[in-house]
Amino acid sequence: MTLEQHNDDTPDSSHDPDLLLEVRGAVKKFPGVLALSQMDLELRAGEVLALVGENGAGKSTLMKLLAGVHPPDAGSFRFLGRPLQVRGPRDAAEQGLAIIHQELNLMSTLTVAENIFLGREPVLGNFFTRPAQLRVQTQELLDRLGMELDPTAEVGTLSVAQQQMVEIAKALSYDARVLIMDEPTAALNEHETEALHELVRKYISPSTAVIYISHRMEELRRIADRVQVIRDGEYVDSFPMAEATLDDVITKMVGRSVDTRAGPRDARSDRPVILEVNGLRSEPRVKDVSFDLAEGEILGIAGLMGAGRTETARALIGSHPRQAGTVSYRGRRIAFRSPAHAARNGIGYLSEDRKQLGLLLDHSVKRNMELSALSDGFQSAGFIRDRASHHAVVEQSRKLRVKTPDVAQLAKNLSGGNQQKVVIGRWLLKDCDVLIFDEPTRGIDVGAKEEIYELLDELAAGGKSIIMISSDLPEVLRMAHRVAVMSEGRVTGILDAADADQESIMALATAERDASPTGRGQAPHADVDHGHSDHRAGER
Amino acid sequence: MSTTTTAPAADQERDVQRGGPSLRSRMQQMLAAGTLVLIFVAFSIASPEIFPTWGNMVTILYSTVVIGLLALGATFVITTAGIDLSVGTAMALCAVMSGLFIVNWGLPVPVGILLAILFGGVVGLVNGINVAVLDLPPFIATLAMMMVAAGLALVFSGAAPIYFEDQAYMWISTGTIIPSVPNAVLVLVVAAVIAAVLMSRTVLGRYSMAIGANHEAAELAGVDVKKWLIIVYVVGGLFTGLAGVMISARLGSAQPATGMGYELDAIAAVVIGGTSLSGGRGTVVGTMIGALIISVLTNGLQILSIPQEWQDVLLGIVILVAVFIDRLRKRSEGTA
Repeated sequence: MTLEQHNDDTPDSSHDPDLLLEVRGAVKKFPGVLALSQMDLELRAGEVLALVGENGAGKSTLMKLLAGVHPPDAGSFRFLGRPLQVRGPRDAAEQGLAIIHQELNLMSTLTVAENIFLGREPVLGNFFTRPAQLRVQTQELLDRLGMELDPTAEVGTLSVAQQQMVEIAKALSYDARVLIMDEPTAALNEHETEALHELVRKYISPSTAVIYISHRMEELRRIADRVQVIRDGEYVDSFPMAEATLDDVITKMVGRSVDTRAGPRDARSDRPVILEVNGLRSEPRVKDVSFDLAEGEILGIAGLMGAGRTETARALIGSHPRQAGTVSYRGRRIAFRSPAHAARNGIGYLSEDRKQLGLLLDHSVKRNMELSALSDGFQSAGFIRDRASHHAVVEQSRKLRVKTPDVAQLAKNLSGGNQQKVVIGRWLLKDCDVLIFDEPTRGIDVGAKEEIYELLDELAAGGKSIIMISSDLPEVLRMAHRVAVMSEGRVTGILDAADADQESIMALATAERDASPTGRGQAPHADVDHGHSDHRAGER
Repeated sequence: MSTTTTAPAADQERDVQRGGPSLRSRMQQMLAAGTLVLIFVAFSIASPEIFPTWGNMVTILYSTVVIGLLALGATFVITTAGIDLSVGTAMALCAVMSGLFIVNWGLPVPVGILLAILFGGVVGLVNGINVAVLDLPPFIATLAMMMVAAGLALVFSGAAPIYFEDQAYMWISTGTIIPSVPNAVLVLVVAAVIAAVLMSRTVLGRYSMAIGANHEAAELAGVDVKKWLIIVYVVGGLFTGLAGVMISARLGSAQPATGMGYELDAIAAVVIGGTSLSGGRGTVVGTMIGALIISVLTNGLQILSIPQEWQDVLLGIVILVAVFIDRLRKRSEGTA
């Protein structure tokens, strides 16, 4: 996986020694998606560069190209003045480019020391391990970094913050010149975040630099020297952090014109409420969530990755444990015990991860589509009424315009859009009243997206109530009657479509946790209405 | 043999039109059937006087009954991506219970048989609860049950065989409602048809496959996974109970220490038949073919006077080949 298409491969004699990392015109295509187009990046010695952009703007793709996980399709990558050639994350780290991914990549049953030096353990005769030596060199490393960790502790017994430290120690054990951190504080509390920042400050020297990816503006203001905004796989702008205002950054992040919007929608406040959620808590991601849903309404749930939106939906239908909160459905308090229980009551959840959590990939369209309704419509005394279900599936596929030669086609052979239609068809056959769509158009091409949108509109017009979790702001603005915005496990505001725009949603989505008084979610009687539905917290 | 396969095969045929198993999974089944034919022809050539006779056919079918019944139950469990290691010793335990009910308690034979089968269901229920509710890995949960059942069989029987005196009990295995066909074969055929219908025509079969194909997706689709997993293990247990009755009726006694090892034969039959150990796909016809391959192989090798130890070696190789072919198919599907 070496980089083959460089604009210039020759060592640059006039190389600026301060320029540690330079990316020019990076392009990366995935089937059906242009993940990066014309991405530039400059990283200078001694600086902490904040990299910001919406979900899907291309941050992760850029990281993966730098780590050698994927080869780029075009562009020049120069590291320490030479063309960057990496075969993988390990190789990148050995060359001095260490990346700490959002997901921790540790072996929970090994010790801190074993994890840090995995594959590089001190050995005797290439065979026997030298545990004492390993412990000593790990202790030296930890001391140098000022980390209070026990080298012999099993990683699985550590807190998330401590595991993060181990990951950082591992990255820094390579004596990296450049450290890239992808949302390192997503799972950390204020105190732990400060400790991590301290570590970053200690690491920064005239010969090193950090790329710091985060969604939290407040945090970036504290740690970053410069901010670079990217959008839709392209470089947008970069400027010193001190000169940046939140509005600037957000405007640049969402940037594109807002005319994708199908005009503000009438609020559905006149309709009866079908579902009401109060003070829902489901640790660790969901702290305190309250909202209501009217009949025939599309309620968008916006927020950044990790804000707890999916977890909220899954706690609601009973597939994640709930610690607090009440759910009223059709005016009756009810606690769904399982997705099956929710489904019996007419609530269906369509996962963001169709392949892992939605479809039976090796099964046919028919088997996938009839699955939810088997328990009521398509059986008598346990026997499957095959003809009835066959007709229903064929009919539903026709209505949804599922492109498949026949319903015996295996689900895995369908395109993303058609797979989504199969899952939608599943719940329509079940005749659900409330449908929770989690990223309904993720991984779906533009044409099919339109169809899904029309379908959602039709469903809502037909009286179905829809919760649409989406990271795609134009999509939320176009589809939703109201938008509930979540940040860090809390609803930070609910906007009517008329008042919502990308800026206001982003402001709420990046709202710090002190937007709502601390401790509220932990209140013993969290089933009290906190009145989230009308306040517009955050920076506004 | 033909009676065993035609009815469910017709089922499968319709299934394809209705979005049933893929062509490839049918190929695995055809492959198993082809293997069976091949072995059959080979033995017929090697031993033309003894092997291909009607009498020997009946012997082969008769010797398939116990493994076949256990394998039928195991097919459901394996289809959910589970495994049941307890069927062998649980079968011995059910045989002992049958002896207790009929010989020691003096219950009427039909009642005793029914209770013994239901007892198998109770063993399955415990397995199901351990797997579905307590969330124990099926391998461990049923391994533990294997030991518990082996011990209980000895405890309840006083570690001695229980001999049946009522000929009516032996009749269910050795009697002949159809001339020259032992009733046990009939029982297997009926059980296979029931299993085939359960698998391809009922929500039980459909949910088993859905759970095995993608446990979490099935759950999110509103399938009550816990409930259906328990039911699947209970169904497996009922087949085990029936196997316990049939083995003790054949022997005329309940042998408390015999069950160990049968579970592996049953699993082998299921796997040879093309049901994937990773779940999501189950075929009753395949399982019956797998069970027949095992007994044809054993029977033929015995006729050829091949020592027992070599029979085991060959059976092991057959299992390896069957699983390897399953892998090959997976790999080709992965790239498709």
